[in-house]
Amino acid sequence: MSENQDMKVVYERPHSLLPVVTNFCPGCPHGIVERLVAETMDELDIEGETIGVAPVGCSVISYDFFGCDMIEAAHGRAPAVATAVKRVHPDKVVFAYQGDGDLASIGMAETIHAATRGENITIIFINNAIYGMTGGQMAPTSLPNQVTQTSPYGRDVATAGNPIRVSELLNALDGPAYIERVTVDTPKNVRKAKKAIKKAFQNQVDGVGYSFIEVVSTCPTNWGMTPQAAFEWMRENMLPYYPLGVVRDVTAEGFANAAEAASARNATCPIAHPENQEGAN
Amino acid sequence: MAEKVLMKGNEAMAEAAMRAGCRFFFGYPITPQTEVAAYMAKNMPKVGGTYLQAESEVAAINMVYGASAAGARVMTSSSSPGISLKSEGISYMAGADLPGVIINVQRGGPGLGSIQPSQADYWQATKATGHGDFHIVVYAPSTVQEMADFAYKAFDVADEYRVPVMIMADGMLGQMMEPVVLPEARSLESLPEKPWATNGHGMKRFHNVVNSLYLTAEDLETLNLERYERYGTIAETEQLSESYLTEDADIVLTAFGGAARVARSAVNAARERGIKAGLFRPITLWPFPTKALAETLGTAKAYLDVEMNMGQMIEDVRLVVKDAAPVEFFGRTGGVIPTPDEVLSAIVALNEKVGE
Repeated sequence: MSENQDMKVVYERPHSLLPVVTNFCPGCPHGIVERLVAETMDELDIEGETIGVAPVGCSVISYDFFGCDMIEAAHGRAPAVATAVKRVHPDKVVFAYQGDGDLASIGMAETIHAATRGENITIIFINNAIYGMTGGQMAPTSLPNQVTQTSPYGRDVATAGNPIRVSELLNALDGPAYIERVTVDTPKNVRKAKKAIKKAFQNQVDGVGYSFIEVVSTCPTNWGMTPQAAFEWMRENMLPYYPLGVVRDVTAEGFANAAEAASARNATCPIAHPENQEGAN
Repeated sequence: MAEKVLMKGNEAMAEAAMRAGCRFFFGYPITPQTEVAAYMAKNMPKVGGTYLQAESEVAAINMVYGASAAGARVMTSSSSPGISLKSEGISYMAGADLPGVIINVQRGGPGLGSIQPSQADYWQATKATGHGDFHIVVYAPSTVQEMADFAYKAFDVADEYRVPVMIMADGMLGQMMEPVVLPEARSLESLPEKPWATNGHGMKRFHNVVNSLYLTAEDLETLNLERYERYGTIAETEQLSESYLTEDADIVLTAFGGAARVARSAVNAARERGIKAGLFRPITLWPFPTKALAETLGTAKAYLDVEMNMGQMIEDVRLVVKDAAPVEFFGRTGGVIPTPDEVLSAIVALNEKVGE
């Protein structure tokens, strides 16, 4: 008994994660990432101020998992939905949690335009190179020669095209404040991912701007592998294609927010800078 | 007494929406609804509202979905091809019980069609605005005054029943200028509470969820049945129509929106010739005003349905009239507006036929 008095809780369910059983397959990293999002809401004390958007895909049921207010969105439309929620409630925290088919295929227009508008929202992007919920079809991020249900002979880039590196694509835009690619295959990488996710939410609270976290992930069920083998395959094949690390961080570049950074990038464009015109005050 | 102002139909709808407390507008450029978006872009910032030009019609209606979920009065406007793209979001709104107002300033179709006035989206608006079991409320104004009045009323009806509401205009009504008395501007404080909204629970309640997904079939069936009870209430209480000279009419014209203006002129011309013609004008296309139309059944010898399409509302007219009297059709399609003379000729021909 005396030993118990010295015991303390070091790990428990975050308050922002409801006490429900998830529908994720065994070994699916969704559970890890959603927990990191929930821990972040707890630590920033924003559960009551947050509205999450869960679009079509394996992530859709997360409206039942997160304790904050939640909206289910149509396939690919989470950034548009999140944009509108943020416009209605600019003082609240709004995030979307999307998979690769949702974000980078059917929702690419919404993804790019929310990013280029520099919406002050947080996007969590799970890239596991496959459509999970519908049973393992080729995704926009499926690798060359990757076998899926709809690329049964392996993704032939000559006919099926090349995978999309979304983080690098969004880095071409002026809108984003912060883009980082992480993974959750090891405790060390989980801690790094947590740090990135927390920063992506903190940025929003601080008004820094659009923050995008790409989580390179796995799908043991549809890849037909054990969870361990899936992480091994991910490290071997996905990480060379989708390298981990910070892709953009305007605060590290010394800017207060994305708008300042964008303004510096287009400094030579006269119409974008009326303050530099002759006769300007 | 409020002052009359001269306005385009498109602008009157935009101004009335703002007066109804709409502070969020998401649109995408398309002819002939252009003035709605332009008016919002110019005037929303003046009242602290948001005009956002979306990347697509699809994004625009999903922004409506998001703003509505967040508890705001919100609107989008488009024209026929754009409404097809919005059908996804309209279905999701219906499935999530979200209010919102959608304007369709119709043009000729199918496909890219024409940019001239049309009523060819009647079936789409009243039968299948998107996939799944649902209805939306559809108003068909016929004057600039009605465009203002129903754009205003649409927000109250949408909030009361938690349904999307459409204003079905056409390119003629949208571009036309008429004097209009604008409705009183509402204070935002007077808008209805939305305890279901996803606006951050502040740790004071369990989380709200806005959703249209139900993986258990029986759960979705239960919700659809509840929703259809609500549709039943709407059908019972919200039917609107205008009956013009129908009491003694032998020939009752049925027409809505822009076509009803032409039909009314033709009825007047027929009366001058001694033909007892009248006009029944549905104002709500859904719910279709079955009760008022049925009141004409005793006297009418024949019905002439006039539309700017190949004959769509005529099916709803026939469902009411059944075998009580013949129902004939006159319409122009592709963006062509029928002339009063053409309609008069059809009245005269029908009158001779049933008079024999």
